[in-house]
Amino acid sequence: MQDLRETYLARISGAADQAALEEVRLAALGKKGEISLKMRELGKMSPEERQTVGKALNELKDELDTALRARKVAMEDAALDERLKAEWLDVTLPARHRMRGTIHPVSHVTEECTAIFADMGFAVAEGPQIETDWYNFDALNIAPEHPARQEHDTFFMHRAEGDNRPPHVLRTHTSPVQIRAMQDQGAPIRVIAPGRVYRMDMDQTHAPMFHQIEGMAIDKDISMANLKWVLEEFFTAYFGTKVKTRFRASHFPFTEPSAEVDIQCSWVNGQLRVGEGDGWLEVLGSGMMHPKVLRAGGIDPDQWQGFAFGMGIDRMAMLKYGIPDLRAFFESDLRWLRHYGFGALEAPTVHAG
Amino acid sequence: MKFTLSWLKEHLETEATLDEIVEALTDLGLEVEEVADPAATLGAFRIAKIAEAVKHPDADKLNLCRVETLPDGPGGKVEEVQVVCGAPNARTGLVGVFAPVGTHVPGTGVDLKPGVIRGQASNGMMCSERELELSEDHDGIIELPSDAPLGMRYIDYAGLNDPMIYIKITPNRPDALGVRGVARDLAARGLGTLKALDVTPVAGTFASPVTVTIDPALKDKGCPYFAGRVIRGVKNGPSPKWLQQRLKAIGLRPISALVDVTNFFTFAYNRPLHVFDVAKVQGGALRIHPAAGGEEILALDGKTYALKPGMMAISDASGVESIAGIMGGEHSGCTEETVDVFLESAYWDPITIATTGRALKINSDARYRFERGVDPEFTLPGLELATRMILDLCGGEASEVVSDGAVPDTTRDYRFDAARCSSLVGMDIPEAQQRTILESLGFRLNGDRATPPSWRPDVLGDADLVEEVARVVSLTKLEGKPMARPQSGVPVPILTPLQKRERLMRRTLAALGYHECVTYSFIDAASAALFGGGEDALKLENPISSEMTHMRPDLLPGLLQAAARNQARGFMDIALFELGPVFHGGEPGEQEIHATGLLIGANGPRDPHHARRNVDLFDAKADAEAVLAAIGAPAKTQSDRNVASWFHPGRAGRLTLGKNALATFGEVHPRVLKAYGIKGAAVAFTLSVAAAPMPKKATATRPALVLNDLQAVERDFAFVLDTSVEALAVVNAAQGADKALIETVRVFDEFSGDKAVSQMGEGKKSLAITVRLQPQGKTLTEEDIEAVSAKIVDKVSKATGGTLRG
Repeated sequence: MQDLRETYLARISGAADQAALEEVRLAALGKKGEISLKMRELGKMSPEERQTVGKALNELKDELDTALRARKVAMEDAALDERLKAEWLDVTLPARHRMRGTIHPVSHVTEECTAIFADMGFAVAEGPQIETDWYNFDALNIAPEHPARQEHDTFFMHRAEGDNRPPHVLRTHTSPVQIRAMQDQGAPIRVIAPGRVYRMDMDQTHAPMFHQIEGMAIDKDISMANLKWVLEEFFTAYFGTKVKTRFRASHFPFTEPSAEVDIQCSWVNGQLRVGEGDGWLEVLGSGMMHPKVLRAGGIDPDQWQGFAFGMGIDRMAMLKYGIPDLRAFFESDLRWLRHYGFGALEAPTVHAG
Repeated sequence: MKFTLSWLKEHLETEATLDEIVEALTDLGLEVEEVADPAATLGAFRIAKIAEAVKHPDADKLNLCRVETLPDGPGGKVEEVQVVCGAPNARTGLVGVFAPVGTHVPGTGVDLKPGVIRGQASNGMMCSERELELSEDHDGIIELPSDAPLGMRYIDYAGLNDPMIYIKITPNRPDALGVRGVARDLAARGLGTLKALDVTPVAGTFASPVTVTIDPALKDKGCPYFAGRVIRGVKNGPSPKWLQQRLKAIGLRPISALVDVTNFFTFAYNRPLHVFDVAKVQGGALRIHPAAGGEEILALDGKTYALKPGMMAISDASGVESIAGIMGGEHSGCTEETVDVFLESAYWDPITIATTGRALKINSDARYRFERGVDPEFTLPGLELATRMILDLCGGEASEVVSDGAVPDTTRDYRFDAARCSSLVGMDIPEAQQRTILESLGFRLNGDRATPPSWRPDVLGDADLVEEVARVVSLTKLEGKPMARPQSGVPVPILTPLQKRERLMRRTLAALGYHECVTYSFIDAASAALFGGGEDALKLENPISSEMTHMRPDLLPGLLQAAARNQARGFMDIALFELGPVFHGGEPGEQEIHATGLLIGANGPRDPHHARRNVDLFDAKADAEAVLAAIGAPAKTQSDRNVASWFHPGRAGRLTLGKNALATFGEVHPRVLKAYGIKGAAVAFTLSVAAAPMPKKATATRPALVLNDLQAVERDFAFVLDTSVEALAVVNAAQGADKALIETVRVFDEFSGDKAVSQMGEGKKSLAITVRLQPQGKTLTEEDIEAVSAKIVDKVSKATGGTLRG
């Protein structure tokens, strides 16, 4: 019995491959295997003999079976190790290309502004970019001969012969949306109106098209002090740092009183820092809505009052993100878009900033 | 509007510093654009004397000067420095202007350092006028009289120490286009007191030999009032130095005493005047009348203008002598020879002046002021003050005043309510202070009525009164006050469904790999025409360039131009998109929002995985479908080939829903690509943002999810078809075979081309589909599957004429 055990254990450990191992298994434990045959002989033995020999045989059978399985696993492991050794790839090779697009800074900043103003209860109003001169000028208290009308560098649309209406214009500001929103929704109202505007101006710092965001809030008791608070809240949220504003008296035909608004800033090594230092940077025009403008929007100025403001979206983008040149916004240079653009999923929200 | 500090102080009694004045001006709404302070730029230049000048031992044209300087001013200690000087007039005893080491010389932009010139020390510089930017004179160094006080600052000696202030005037403030108006604002702010103005009329000693008449057509509106008088026996030469310096300081060229007086009044009082040489006025009568049209006049700017009917002219017997209120004529202008002068002071209607000025494209100081509005009440006082000044400067004798018309009455009043300041602006200012401010600005208050002064045409309502008070008190003092949300609690969403859709589309496209562009809304005429636009209604009347003449009918031309520019820089693989307005008509609202994507070149750079391939129309289609899926457009669309002419006729299609086209996709027409110089094939897609119907969702609740535990079965079919049969026809037919059982039908292979023809015959191709059957309730038997399969083959054959491929 001891010989048998040693013989088979030796054959198991000496088996070269799975097939040899299977041969050993059949020779020992197969139907006609040596151990199986010996088991069958047990019947011929006396009960006492059967008990000792049977026990020994069963133990031997279990031991060989365990040894066979262990040897099999070891062989598989060795084979896998061998295979893995061969399966080497250069992981420093470049990955497959994935396209990665960007959102234009104008869209991104528009969404940033929208998120902040939405939190303060402002909805988004829209209006046409080809406008009547009434909406673009007259309704905003800019009479036909008003010098401000000339200062707008207006683009005019062609008029067909025989059509004696004044020519339509490309809106020179987003302010006509004020009038349309008032006409559509009445008071009280809070809206912003972002969008393209057009002026006949092209040089180092001007483009004939740029973007503005208009803001308007009308209620029974809204004052210029509310405007200042709203703008300071906006700038603080937008720039992510406490920003003070300074109101300076100015003039716009559609507001009365009117103010230019400066934000606090400093210049460090030619770099603008908003919200610190004792410098001021002019960023927007604003004021209390002129009674004539309210009336043009169908709102009774004896009952209602409100503020309005307008600022440049492109300029806001330039200030926050350090973009130097306005005209590059519209040149679609891939290098510029990749550098200044925003990831598809970087959607601005108030809670994430 | 430019003026100098000393000019301001002629009207304002003040102790305020330049800095205080500048800050107050900006805060009052008279925004300071620039301050040129000679003390800051030229304060270091002092009068010094060349004690001795000898030839430089090693240079022919240079002198070695011992300069006697008094750096602490007259009476201070004397210092001697050596200066190497190349000026031809440098000589012993010359008194001139010295700049010590450390001075910035504005004319050369150089900071003076101790130097050695040809072996000789040179510390400082004797200066020419050009080096001080006083003139172009660089022939030699400045020579002053020998008794000029040594050590004195040259700007003080030469009367140049007068800071120039340049303010930007908003169109509502014509009164601030005169120094006196600026002074009035500062006085109201509390920066001094406005000096009284003495307007004692000059008594005429003879009747004016020139008479004036206003044509009845103009009396009501164009020219309500015209006054003037002759001053005879004047001597017109250069004006005195103080006047010349004042005009030069604000950038005007002194011409002659008479002309300089008119310019002085323009800037001092916002009172433009005009002077005629009486000797050249024919017939002794000036007539103010509307032009008949066609009259020509050589104006003072040297250009000839042809008047159009209705423009206002001042004519004598021989014709037009002046474009009224805008620019005088060369013929009757004053010269050094003028002996008798007719001085004009008139009130012109702003609108008429603006219209004429714009039509003739003349930008004169007179037009600028008359179109903004000068003070009508000051017409006569201005004439009297100017008469006195001419008499003072040029001598002579004044006639009686002649005039026609009357000063228009602009008197009006508005309700003054002290409480409006806090309700409108949010500043609490005591009523007494508000009244004081208004009165100091020239308003007359009577109980609760306020009458604006005649020089403030902009004040047209009670809100203007609030504005005046607030700006004089200073808006800088305004404190913010919280504005409550319209409703308490969490803000409600505010975007409209379309606004949300734009946002989703934009971000989906960026996620798909496209870079967002913002291109101009106007394009060139050829591009507009190529893309179905270019009608006159969409043409700009005054385009800024020939590249920007028409409103764009489509986003693709702008993107193609952008792509061509990027290709020119060596970027050949391009993915761009734009989401923005396109225009189909010239009326407001004839615009819609498109989203267009453009793919050019390959889907990526060359790589070791051989993943690079050229983009094709199925990329465009995939992205168009991805965007539609993102916005929740119905998944089951139909398809047609009814595409615009700028797409490849055989390689483009549309995704449609009934009559509604949700998207167009395909290859861009080769002819279009050629027009834009695009290299390689390009594919594109366009979606109209509003085209897809809005999902009908009343609540956020989704329909219940039904999951079937029975295993689905897939069966493949290949059909031999005519090459013109479209895959969608096969799919739709198969789908229709058993709508309950067939879950999806998907095309997985197309076999076409020469090889297919050789196997299946001319004009044939093979299309393979896989059909997924989802059993409902019971497992499918082989017979069930056979039955459905037979129905599928039958339906497809009937619909397409195809046969099952053996």
